[in-house]
Amino acid sequence: MSNEAFEPKLVGFLCNWCSYTGADLAGTARMTYAPNIRIIRVMCSGRVDPQFVLKAFAKGADGVLISGCHPGDCHYQEGNYNALRRHRLLSKMLEQLGIEKERFRLEWVSAAEGGKFQQVCNDFTEQIKKLGPLNLNGGKNEPREA
Amino acid sequence: MKNDKKIKLTINDKPIEIDEGTTILQAAKMLDIDIPTLCYHPLLEPYAACRVCIVERKIGEKVDLVTSCNTKVQEGMVIYTDSENATKARRLNVELLMAQAPAAEPVQQIAKELSIEKTRFEIKDPTEKCILCGLCVRTCEEIVGANAISFIERGTERTVSPPFGEPSEACIGCTACAFFCPTEAITFEDLQGRTVIHDELELGPSTAIRVPTRQAVPMVPFIDEEACIHFKTGECKICEKVCEKEAINHEAEDEEIEIEVGSVILASGFKPFDPKRIPAYGYGRFENVITSLEFEKLVNASSPTGGKIFLANGEEPKAVGIIHCVGSRDENYNEYCSRVCCMYSLKFAHLIKEKTNADIYDFYVDMRCFGKGYEEFYHRLLEEGTKFIRGQVSEVTDIPLTEQEEGRLIIQVEDTLIGVIRRIPVDMVILSIGLEPGMDQNEIARIFNISCSQDTFFLERHPKLAPVSTFSDGIFLAGACQSPKDIPDTVAQAGAAASEALALADKGTFELEPITAEIDEELCAGCQLCVGLCPFTAITYDKEKGISVINDALCKGCGTCVSACPSGAAQQKHFRDRQILAEIEGIFID
Repeated sequence: MSNEAFEPKLVGFLCNWCSYTGADLAGTARMTYAPNIRIIRVMCSGRVDPQFVLKAFAKGADGVLISGCHPGDCHYQEGNYNALRRHRLLSKMLEQLGIEKERFRLEWVSAAEGGKFQQVCNDFTEQIKKLGPLNLNGGKNEPREA
Repeated sequence: MKNDKKIKLTINDKPIEIDEGTTILQAAKMLDIDIPTLCYHPLLEPYAACRVCIVERKIGEKVDLVTSCNTKVQEGMVIYTDSENATKARRLNVELLMAQAPAAEPVQQIAKELSIEKTRFEIKDPTEKCILCGLCVRTCEEIVGANAISFIERGTERTVSPPFGEPSEACIGCTACAFFCPTEAITFEDLQGRTVIHDELELGPSTAIRVPTRQAVPMVPFIDEEACIHFKTGECKICEKVCEKEAINHEAEDEEIEIEVGSVILASGFKPFDPKRIPAYGYGRFENVITSLEFEKLVNASSPTGGKIFLANGEEPKAVGIIHCVGSRDENYNEYCSRVCCMYSLKFAHLIKEKTNADIYDFYVDMRCFGKGYEEFYHRLLEEGTKFIRGQVSEVTDIPLTEQEEGRLIIQVEDTLIGVIRRIPVDMVILSIGLEPGMDQNEIARIFNISCSQDTFFLERHPKLAPVSTFSDGIFLAGACQSPKDIPDTVAQAGAAASEALALADKGTFELEPITAEIDEELCAGCQLCVGLCPFTAITYDKEKGISVINDALCKGCGTCVSACPSGAAQQKHFRDRQILAEIEGIFID
């Protein structure tokens, strides 16, 4: 490994209506935040399957974020509650696999909260920097499928 | 009364035929004959306490004096209202009343009309106003139904009082007794009322049935259930009695009406900023510190002053200060600019110049004259002589530091253009308050499944490309509920919202979500986990086939069922599992 400072690779699953729009707002307002997060848009945080989270960690993510609408404000009524439940259960399981629970984060960011998104990204990046790289597979990624 | 029997009589030699049951007083009124009264009121049972309405009555050979307010007409009656006997009796009664209640103005008035200079009787209390007419007692009994006061004691000690001379629990504080009292012997104080610049300016607690504001649309009164006597005691209903059109119904209840619509336009407006939140400006403490809305009410042609600008004491102000940005552009209250205040402040400055000789000081931070003709209007103000001072006012105080400041309101501000802190003495302060989102914004947002922006105004779908629609199809926005704006902009936005709503209905077709979920029949095991999860009840279980089926028209494309499906049978178009997994792989390709 080189001596460069560790730059975490973070994956964020953002719901289209609130969080993705909030992130977009952060962008239009030119709010600067850590570039470590790579965003995957889903229509609702309830669409996030636990296997996506596992795949992300398996592929080399140092941290995974799920972000959705505030409870009560879900565009599809209750999808974010499903995300909440899955996050709680999955966190427990991930811990047993050796993945610290700080690496898997659930946030509520509304369409108007560009500032909050900026803050979450910066915070998450800092936190993972301190924790260090995950190194699930001893530093090697999964072999690419043919 | 609805009696068919008619009685013939003459009053002052004028004949009249009238229904049985009418009193002499009422009959005289029909003939335009005026008989003075003190204790009579058309809405109450006559009591004949004051004896001022005495007339001479002749039936056959019998002649006597009777009180006309409670004596019913009889066939062949001959009445003289101003005969020598009647007048003598009346004068005596008035003298007695003058001794009883020397300070009662209506008594003094009648005395003057009868040319009575003074009373021969002993005056016990020169400040007494109560003429023991019993109007208050009858009001409390007949109209209010509370029976909280009555006459007590006898003879010279007779007086009106609640039981045992102590404040009564039966009294509902309606002040009807004071309203009916002809001599102002009963008064009331509103201990919680704030003194506004004019008592009548706040049309609030004046009457229970009232028009909301003087230029309300529609111009129809409403009944304030909190203040209405009928809702407290079950009695009164005088308004219903006097309404000729029978338009009043106390029993009317709120009706919940269900209307099925295809689109909704939210136009729920704004809430004015409450300047009590800025104690330094003295609103609520100084009666001559008023808000812009209160000034609008004052200066309106239909105001209690007829549109004239007066201080609370009725004098014209010598100097007026207008303070901008009250509650706006302030990180302590609202960070945003309320957009309309600069222009209405300039309007006020112009109006004050037109109507008074007062010096006008306008304390601004920036002058936001963004619209058509707005900047030109500002220039006109500059030429008219309004003194513009740039600075956010820090304080309005009544504590004088010099002799000139005595008795005035002093505005303390940093004049940022010359870099000096100034104290400007004025008489009236107008606070240009900002616009805030309504109290129920979050509740409405939840009901209609839309979002609010950071400042709690409703969130538009896109600030440039979709300013009147929201993220929920069919829900549109218009006016100040979306952001502070003035009337031209509101009208334009309303037109846009209306046409978008119409376009939605007019199309004849509507677009389905392309990103719905679908279930692969082969893979579905019929576990029905998805059925209960769908918030839109779009999934049903087909018993015959033993699989779950998604209704494409109901599915909104959230994907909840997809992530719950154990077999991967349910997939969301454009957001399939393998698509998202591919995205994840793509992120980590190095």
